[in-house]
Amino acid sequence: MSETHNAHTHEEHESIGSGSTTSPYARRIRAIEALLVERGVLTKEDVLRQIEYMEARSPANGARLVARAWVDPEFKARLLSDTKAAAAELGIDASGPVEFVTVENTPEVHNLIVCTLCSCYPRAILGRPPDWYKSFNYRSRAVNEPRAVMREFGLEIPEDVEVAVHDSSADIRYLVLPMRPPGTEDMSEEELARLVTRDCLIGVTIPREPAHAV
Amino acid sequence: MTTAKFEPGDPVRVRADEKPGHVRTPGYVRGKTGRIASVLGEFRNPEMLAYGGSGLPKQHLYKVAFRQTDLWKDYPGSPDDALYIDIYEHWLEPALRSDPRQATSRRG
Repeated sequence: MSETHNAHTHEEHESIGSGSTTSPYARRIRAIEALLVERGVLTKEDVLRQIEYMEARSPANGARLVARAWVDPEFKARLLSDTKAAAAELGIDASGPVEFVTVENTPEVHNLIVCTLCSCYPRAILGRPPDWYKSFNYRSRAVNEPRAVMREFGLEIPEDVEVAVHDSSADIRYLVLPMRPPGTEDMSEEELARLVTRDCLIGVTIPREPAHAV
Repeated sequence: MTTAKFEPGDPVRVRADEKPGHVRTPGYVRGKTGRIASVLGEFRNPEMLAYGGSGLPKQHLYKVAFRQTDLWKDYPGSPDDALYIDIYEHWLEPALRSDPRQATSRRG
């Protein structure tokens, strides 16, 4: 899984950097981009600025939000009631037309995020979604057999815990606030943030206690 | 600004319409009954925005909760499992409260 993902990330960076990709889709995008620039709809600088904006976002932002919420109950309350404002408190600029909602895992409910229609994802906070998130396989199975999907990520949700799937079909983007793992009482906020991976923020896995963390 | 037609707890049915174009109501919830979990605010209608329209008037958007067992025959999981999805008001119609088991998820 991680090898595949790294390969994709590498490929994506190459296509941004050198423009050497020769797939039909990449060529089509370049043709559209060239036309938009030629007609004055946007400039090359606009495109670069947008790429830089997206590259500056990463799952580390989500990990910081989660770690702060674990150590500061008042921040957690704000994160759950107004995610955009809570992100701004940590210097994460998620301003823009879409709204963000954080859903909290509890001993009773485990949350999982999907976009069945396309690939809606809290990009302004986490950057680009992983490739599997955009796959037809994940988008179709996350809604009708979420427990099987999570099992494939190594997460078994007990039968007495409700699985709540959130299909982000419209103007809201969702993040999962996972539960703080046991055995982390003595950890600093920075150490806690390192336990929170991108996949925890989507809900396909949970932060592991330090003994199991890689 | 208009008043939202539904409030949290209301049973609603997603219209079973076939509509071409950029529609944000996936097929698997059309014709299904759930309940309003929350009212999310007013947003421009993406079915118009996608084609260069203004998207106005804005549409109320709702988080609608379904029991997974009401969506999928032979759903493999707990009967408490829920699916939440954001649906614009023009896709929703009132449903009867006839089935007391309908949408009894613990979360809202």
